[in-house]
Amino acid sequence: MSNPILETRSLTKIYGKNIIFKDINLKVNEGETIVIIGPSGTGKSTLLRCINLLTSNEGGQVFLDGKEITAKGYNQDEVRQHIGMVFQNFLLFNHLTALDNVMIGLLKVKKMPKAQARQKAMEELKRVGLEDRADHYPGQLSGGQQQRVAIARALAMDPSVMLFDEPTSALDPELIGEVLGVMAQLARDRMTMLVVTHEMGFAREVADRIVFMEKGSVVEEGSPDDLFYHPKHDRTREFLWKITELYGKKEKKRVQKNDRLF
Amino acid sequence: MTAFFEFFVRFLPDMLKGAGVTVLLTAEGLAAGFVLGLLASLARTYGNKFWRGVAVSYIELFRGTPLLMQLFLIYYGLPGLGVTFSRELSAFLALGLNSGAYQAEYLRGSILAIGDGQMMAGRSIGMSRIKTIWHIILPQALRLAIPAWSNEPVSLLKSTAVVFLIAVPELMAKAKSIAAQTYDPIGTYLAVALVYLAMVYLLDAVLRWIERATRIPGFEMEGRKA
Ligand SMILES: Nc1ncnc2c1ncn2[C@@H]1O[C@H](COP(=O)(O)OP(=O)(O)O)[C@@H](O)[C@H]1O
Ligand SMILES: [Mg+2]
Repeated sequence: MSNPILETRSLTKIYGKNIIFKDINLKVNEGETIVIIGPSGTGKSTLLRCINLLTSNEGGQVFLDGKEITAKGYNQDEVRQHIGMVFQNFLLFNHLTALDNVMIGLLKVKKMPKAQARQKAMEELKRVGLEDRADHYPGQLSGGQQQRVAIARALAMDPSVMLFDEPTSALDPELIGEVLGVMAQLARDRMTMLVVTHEMGFAREVADRIVFMEKGSVVEEGSPDDLFYHPKHDRTREFLWKITELYGKKEKKRVQKNDRLF
Repeated sequence: MTAFFEFFVRFLPDMLKGAGVTVLLTAEGLAAGFVLGLLASLARTYGNKFWRGVAVSYIELFRGTPLLMQLFLIYYGLPGLGVTFSRELSAFLALGLNSGAYQAEYLRGSILAIGDGQMMAGRSIGMSRIKTIWHIILPQALRLAIPAWSNEPVSLLKSTAVVFLIAVPELMAKAKSIAAQTYDPIGTYLAVALVYLAMVYLLDAVLRWIERATRIPGFEMEGRKA
């Protein structure tokens, strides 16, 4: 069971003279959902970008399926196919329909025949509940729908792990639930996920482990119960208290509206 | 008025012949300039230090000096270095190189407006930089560039007038010979002005059509909605 799909060892990122994060050791086992929380500016986004090699590192290693992908000469474009990424601001390809957004990686990267790619893309859109929006352009979709298409686009590549960078923080409150719902379903389907989010309801219900990061290092890591009810560090307690205060109100409103957490 | 009308009709075939050359020079210059401009804008945006330097030098050199000087340098200057081009080829080179420098800047503007996000998204599904540029960035950047870029064909069409100075038989050259023949410079240049206006009008109509035809539903020029 303890079979890490994704592992970072002493991963370090430096911009100029700024150490963004240092010596980050993370293990994500197969089928696990790990939630990363932490104040803004802590390096969470940079960490995700470092993991899928969208930015260089200044030390340490990343392993995917037991292979070191940060090794010199490793084919980085090839690696990224196996790491799905969902961005805070969706970043759909604006000139392509929802279906084409999901298909383009299959066609241009995986070189899949068109009919097969179309079928696979439709299945992924179905998975996020958007098969009836296949021919809509991103500009014709709500934020929540765009983010679900972005999830389908990443899933279409059959990644070993999915990275989410605050996937709901650019959304209107009433649209957050539909995205979290899709992510919770993925977790139930045992997709391996690393999720940066401020959605504490999601973290509590869905995460196998929560990692609290602050100022470029991991302060504490443990099960949702441990972190929420028995935090080892005052900083963890303070952050959770603040974040629940800050986001809890929005969440409560949503719960009343939708009659469920997400 | 009727006198002018008769004058216009009498020299229309001659002017149209010249206008044909003008249109051809514009089309060729625009096409060559597009290829050069695209390469220069990509080199300037995505190239390493060397290619950025090459692109910037090219763009600044050709935007920073008069077209007429560039034309004379090519037609009268290069033979001194042992390179001789025909009038037509010199005109084509000067217009293409000059237009390319302007088109590079229009295209670069829209490539920058598309932003790093689309590049990151393309790469996140395993596309290489080149593939992302080709399949993701350029299709959007080219559409986004159209409104501003539309100045270039019109501006280039009018700029072609300078090549009459190396005796390429385009519309202005025809005008000069008609004026000399009729001793009526006012009538001649008014008539020629009308022909230029008609060409610009048609060109504008074509450009507006292209802009409409390439519109992306829901994707407005004001930028993308979140
Ligand atoms: N391209 C960059 N160049 C320099 N500094 C950067 C760059 N990207 C991010 N940073 C810095 O890295 C720090 C962490 O940013 P980020 O990873 O976005 O944090 P988080 O996602 O936790 O809010 C910030 O202080 C930010 O200013
Ligand atoms: Mg962030």
